[in-house]
Amino acid sequence: MRRLVLPFLALAVVGFAMTCVDAALLRERHAVRIEANHVLAKRLGLTDIALFTEARYTRHPSQADRHAALQDHPLALEHFPTGSLIAPPRHIARHEYLDRTTARAD
Amino acid sequence: MNIWIEQQRALIDFTLASLARRKARNLGLLAVYTLLVFVLASVALFSHALRHEATRVLADAPEIVLQRMVAGRHDLIPPGYLEKIGRIRGVQKMEGRLWGYYYDPVIKANYTFMAPSAGGIERGTIVIGAALERVRGLAQETGISFRAYSGKLYSFVVADILPHDSELVSADLVLMHEDDFRAFFAFPAGHYTDIALAVANPQEVRNIAAKLADALPDSRPILREEMLRTYASIFSWREGIVLAILSGAILAFVILAWDKAAGLSAEEKREIGILKAIGWETGDVIRMKIWEGVLISLTAFLVGYVAAYLHVFRAGGVLFEPVLKGWAVLYPRFQLAPEIDGLAVATLFFFTVVPYTAAVLVPIWRAATTDPDAVMRS
Repeated sequence: MRRLVLPFLALAVVGFAMTCVDAALLRERHAVRIEANHVLAKRLGLTDIALFTEARYTRHPSQADRHAALQDHPLALEHFPTGSLIAPPRHIARHEYLDRTTARAD
Repeated sequence: MNIWIEQQRALIDFTLASLARRKARNLGLLAVYTLLVFVLASVALFSHALRHEATRVLADAPEIVLQRMVAGRHDLIPPGYLEKIGRIRGVQKMEGRLWGYYYDPVIKANYTFMAPSAGGIERGTIVIGAALERVRGLAQETGISFRAYSGKLYSFVVADILPHDSELVSADLVLMHEDDFRAFFAFPAGHYTDIALAVANPQEVRNIAAKLADALPDSRPILREEMLRTYASIFSWREGIVLAILSGAILAFVILAWDKAAGLSAEEKREIGILKAIGWETGDVIRMKIWEGVLISLTAFLVGYVAAYLHVFRAGGVLFEPVLKGWAVLYPRFQLAPEIDGLAVATLFFFTVVPYTAAVLVPIWRAATTDPDAVMRS
């Protein structure tokens, strides 16, 4: 039994170590792609990633209006599956009331 | 030292032989344990890598995006707003952005139409994202028609396709000339979707936003840090139904593992009684059971974690695709860079290995300190 289990456990340890090596190599390879995407996002002035394209407030969660979570009427149920994965944008719940805190200087 | 190592080797031998006597039960437990670690590690690795990627890619998003709100909804920026903003001290650069959504009834997908302010796109042509190319079967120099909301049909030639590697940010993008955009959406002249602002002094962003809100009371400034915060909190540990489902699975496993670890079967009790009767000390019995807990939980952690790593970073998180896709038709194909949160892995290791090993100890200590005769008879 030991002849079977311990080499398997040793293999699992080596596998774990290999994930660290693989991650370092992959990160290097992905760095070029991430930089290219960064440049594209900067050039086009993009504000969101295109992971959820099913509704406007999931496509651009950072730009969604404050009623995005309640699309049709207050207390409406969420229509889209993505609504179960991501919470409403943080700024909906924690909006900075800039208009109430600062007097206009100019 | 050598004696100690030999002793531990002998204990491991005995533990493995003991585990092999209840093969089906222990293999079943190991399989469920490994599966749970795999799911938890997959979610942790995927969400951390995605958060990291989004934060890096959007690091130079507009410092402030100014929207106009009408009846609680995002509305077009009318002429005159740019002039008013231009009078605010500290605003370095501002440009009206033109973008909007288009629902394509042919494939029942939503596209994001955009007219880049930098230009570079000829009239009558479009540049599209790679997911759109794939789903609509388009290629360079092919034509495509979209029916505008006015009912009129507009034809475009695909001038270029955005890089496939950029799908995570550009999957559904359709870039076009400003005149085409205005004609297609019947945008009135001088109107924009929103305004992107650059601020001379980054320390002043909040003050500028406050001045904007003051000068244009119907506007809503969205700061870059708010955009990045949206993605920093995406899939965070306390959000979403995934956690609700997972917490049920975790609780079920905790009950299973606790039952297995904390309750001794009659066979195990008899085994401990025999070991004590032939001269094993309480410490030896406890050490043997610690090895049992460590071997099962460590194997589950290592195999589950390695499988999760391969799933997320080598197989593109293929099992998450149906969940993330939802009702969307356009879904980006992307590979994430393996940015691994060491603390999350250490936490997963701690909560996988330590509680199970510790749960084994209490009943074993109770059985091992009891008289061997009583244990065998019970």
